Amino acid sequence: MRTILSFPRSGSPLLARGLLLVAFALILLPSIHRVAANVAVDPDRLEDPVLEARAQKLMRQIRCLVCQNQSIADSNADLAADLRRIVREQVAAGRTDGEIKAYLTARYGEWVLMRPPFERRTLVLWLGPPMVFLLVLFVLFWRWRNRSRSVTVDEPVADLDEAERAALKRLMTAEGMSGREAPGDRDGGGS
Amino acid sequence: MKRLVYLLPLVGFLLLGWFLWRGLSLDPHAIPSARVGKPVPAFALASLDPTRPALTSGDLATGRPLLVNFFASWCPPCHVEHPLLMKLRDEGIVIIGIAYKDVPADTRHFLRRLGNPFTQVGIDQEGRTAIDFGVSGVPETFVINGRGRIVLHHPGPLTEAAIADEIRPALARAVHKAGVNQKGGE
Repeated sequence: MRTILSFPRSGSPLLARGLLLVAFALILLPSIHRVAANVAVDPDRLEDPVLEARAQKLMRQIRCLVCQNQSIADSNADLAADLRRIVREQVAAGRTDGEIKAYLTARYGEWVLMRPPFERRTLVLWLGPPMVFLLVLFVLFWRWRNRSRSVTVDEPVADLDEAERAALKRLMTAEGMSGREAPGDRDGGGS
Repeated sequence: MKRLVYLLPLVGFLLLGWFLWRGLSLDPHAIPSARVGKPVPAFALASLDPTRPALTSGDLATGRPLLVNFFASWCPPCHVEHPLLMKLRDEGIVIIGIAYKDVPADTRHFLRRLGNPFTQVGIDQEGRTAIDFGVSGVPETFVINGRGRIVLHHPGPLTEAAIADEIRPALARAVHKAGVNQKGGE
């Protein structure tokens, strides 16, 4: 027990550090492996790199129906693999992106598109957040303008009576002379 | 007037609360069915029974409503819903099976062991017909009216509740629609 515990200190620090590195590498290994597997998951890639890139771009825009929050490019589900094959076939057959998306939405609805289309039905979805943002900006601006205006213009100076005006005058002259108000004048100056 | 402005946050809060409250009862996994109301997609699948001709989309427009059930012997929920399909068959409801990505020998074994509720079974080993139907996994059940149009799409296993609340009303609707369509055409 004692020898194991003291091993990193009494033994070679280099060896201990090396072991730690190996341990970390072992921890990271599965994730590295996973990334590599995701990239090379399909054996039937298109030979033309341009078409393959187009197919992969499309795959990233199509939602997997099994995992739902992954695109079919990311998903390991069986159905996602089938849909990838269909996308590649259609890309190879010269279909446009729009045609391929139409093919899939005819079967699974607009739900399969990761990005909902911009149309009248989705106006609130697309324009809602910017509208709320603009509204908040407008309200903030409006409040700020009102406040500055009420300070400079709307101050009801005329409503002060004689005693208050006198107190105000005393306050202001006192402030002008000493740079701070006299303690005794506090009560009279409130409005 | 100015007082009303102070009510705005409360109104906003209540509105937000209402949406969040509604969101609680929505199923985020529910996939809207795009095929409902459309004719069944064209397909031709080899029959599980080798002595019978291929199962085609024409076989689904028989003049009377029927069910199409996508299933597989490897799918546990299919085993769960199987007794309900048997019950529906015993009532005289026509059910067409489509074996999804299954080895035909396994499908045969599955049906021999648990009983065969299907009047006909097509083999969809590549799963292409399933994709054409908008199937995202087995089991899924469709109600087809007499003219071969999809009336209902039920993803997931059948349950007593689903049969009572969805399948039976859809079958009734399908009968009604078929009758109307036969009289008036489209």
